[in-house]
Amino acid sequence: MTIYVARRVALAALVVAGVIILTFVIAHVVPGDPAATWAGPHASAAQVAAARRYLGLDRPPAVQLLSYFGGILTGNWGIAIHTHRPVLSDLAVAAPASLELVTAAMIIALVVAVPLGLISARWPGRAGDQVIRAGSILGVSMPIFWMALIFQLVFTQRLHLLPVAGEYSPNLLFTHPLTRLTGFGLIDAPLTGNWPMFGSICAHMVLPAVVIAAYPAGLITRMVRAQVLDTLGDAHVQMVRALGFGERAVFGRFAMKLSWNPVLAAIALVFGYSLVNTFLVEAIFDWPGLGSYATDAIATLDTPAILGVTLFIALVYVVVNLIVDLIQAAIDPRIRLR
Amino acid sequence: MIEAPSTVPAAGARLPRGQRLRQGLAANPLMVAGGVMSALIVVIALLAPLLAPFPADAGSATHPFMVLRPPSAQHWFGTDNVGRDIYSRVLYGARISPLIAVVVLVLACAIGVPLGVAAGYFGGWLDEAIMRVTDIFLAFPSLLLALALAEVLPPSLITLTIAIAVTWWPWYTRLIRGQAASVAGRPYVESCRALGISRTWIIFRHILPNSLTPLIVQVSLDVGGVILTTSALSFLGLGAQDPTPEWGLMVAEGQNYFTTAWWVVTFPGLAILVTAFAFTLLGDGLRDLLDPKRTFLR
Repeated sequence: MTIYVARRVALAALVVAGVIILTFVIAHVVPGDPAATWAGPHASAAQVAAARRYLGLDRPPAVQLLSYFGGILTGNWGIAIHTHRPVLSDLAVAAPASLELVTAAMIIALVVAVPLGLISARWPGRAGDQVIRAGSILGVSMPIFWMALIFQLVFTQRLHLLPVAGEYSPNLLFTHPLTRLTGFGLIDAPLTGNWPMFGSICAHMVLPAVVIAAYPAGLITRMVRAQVLDTLGDAHVQMVRALGFGERAVFGRFAMKLSWNPVLAAIALVFGYSLVNTFLVEAIFDWPGLGSYATDAIATLDTPAILGVTLFIALVYVVVNLIVDLIQAAIDPRIRLR
Repeated sequence: MIEAPSTVPAAGARLPRGQRLRQGLAANPLMVAGGVMSALIVVIALLAPLLAPFPADAGSATHPFMVLRPPSAQHWFGTDNVGRDIYSRVLYGARISPLIAVVVLVLACAIGVPLGVAAGYFGGWLDEAIMRVTDIFLAFPSLLLALALAEVLPPSLITLTIAIAVTWWPWYTRLIRGQAASVAGRPYVESCRALGISRTWIIFRHILPNSLTPLIVQVSLDVGGVILTTSALSFLGLGAQDPTPEWGLMVAEGQNYFTTAWWVVTFPGLAILVTAFAFTLLGDGLRDLLDPKRTFLR
């Protein structure tokens, strides 16, 4: 197990290094001049040159790559051009909001998808199965930016059920201001006993979370169904069946349990994917997370900020995958031998 | 009138190919539905100039006196902010996304398949090197890398196509590598090698044909995904530009008016959903039919 863990961690570190180099390369083929953007539209040539020196863009690329590496390792991710603040502190503010949103979406997706997938696999080929399969494919085929707009139209504008956008109702800023401890609104509000704020954040989160949940829900439903059906065909499950166990026990005690491992991998994959999907949804719902930050950065051609977001999401991706690999190896000893 | 002779079931346990196919289709009504819808979308794309009531509206035509009209007998899906017929534009849109999907998938296969064969067949350090690069690309979720690339290159449909293709190939490399490695280890390939048969022959005659079925299945499942990514990037302004009747771009343009004119956003988005749904249903059914054992991760 120790060798397996060491190998997986080393590979993850290698991938992270590759991701850093790739973001650096992308940054260096961007046309346009970040120094000129940073200095502002009416800056003189001398001011642009000073900005270039300040941003370290006058050094040879290899030196820049090394200092970029060093900077990332020591917590200096550059200065965002559109906020004039360090990228890392911008991310520290934006990331909790997105992680909170995506986690809520994943919980919604799991709560919906796992029972549906199991029902589908329990009675394959029946009408219910066909409806669930069609529904899950509809989920993965959903253009979520469109779904976000339609939901706003229906649930806010027509039915007046849910708030249209933002993280919480702006009135609460004066009556019940949120004290930031962890940066996660849904954790900070209850910790400080701020229940009106908690309720407001929950209400504001419903629409974006449901929209982001569409893709994971569809995917996990399909995964659960496919995995359980696959396991039901396995020899040892057939054996259990031959020994006279009821269909219920075969299904619940044996087939379901063995299906969790691949489903876990799918969840990890789709977590990273959903984090990127916030790019399409957060701006529409004015949710102050990574997606909104990235959309602003794209609009202002803010390379350090874009790269910071990219790198952050890639890191989350690698780390989540690493954790899943280790959990899987802990559950299933066969994996360690590979 | 001469009756065609009725088909006699072939001797032996195996059913004739046609009958097996018919049974497979009957067991999978969703796939039939997906196939019919996909075919319909292709027909719409081909016949768009004949079907569209206002073909000129697919381009840069403007009708200042017909702006933001709700759906009516004349304009089934209403008109947009410069008075163009949305129905015509949605029909013409069927020519863009599916075509981009085909080009992206061909490009992705052209990069991914040779790398996968090389990694799986030769193994060793080459395998390690290729797969680690693949891992790095896979750590970038496709929308993100496409976003970064679309940022670097000037926004256009060609940029968009290249950007998505660059992010899509690692999946095929992984897939083909697994297939190639398993085939390369089988005794008959080893005996081929012992007989002195050339590598090229082994690769083209044994490795590739054995990898084809999972590849076809994965590609058909990916059509919907590419269509969604295309429209998402266009929605963010990184793909098609204004007069192009691209569905994602049309949703983005309608966003500014959607509180008062719901139809501008609704119909192009519905077209994306229906198209992605149709092709994914078809791909899903194909997988059940061709490759029932393989599970999927996307």
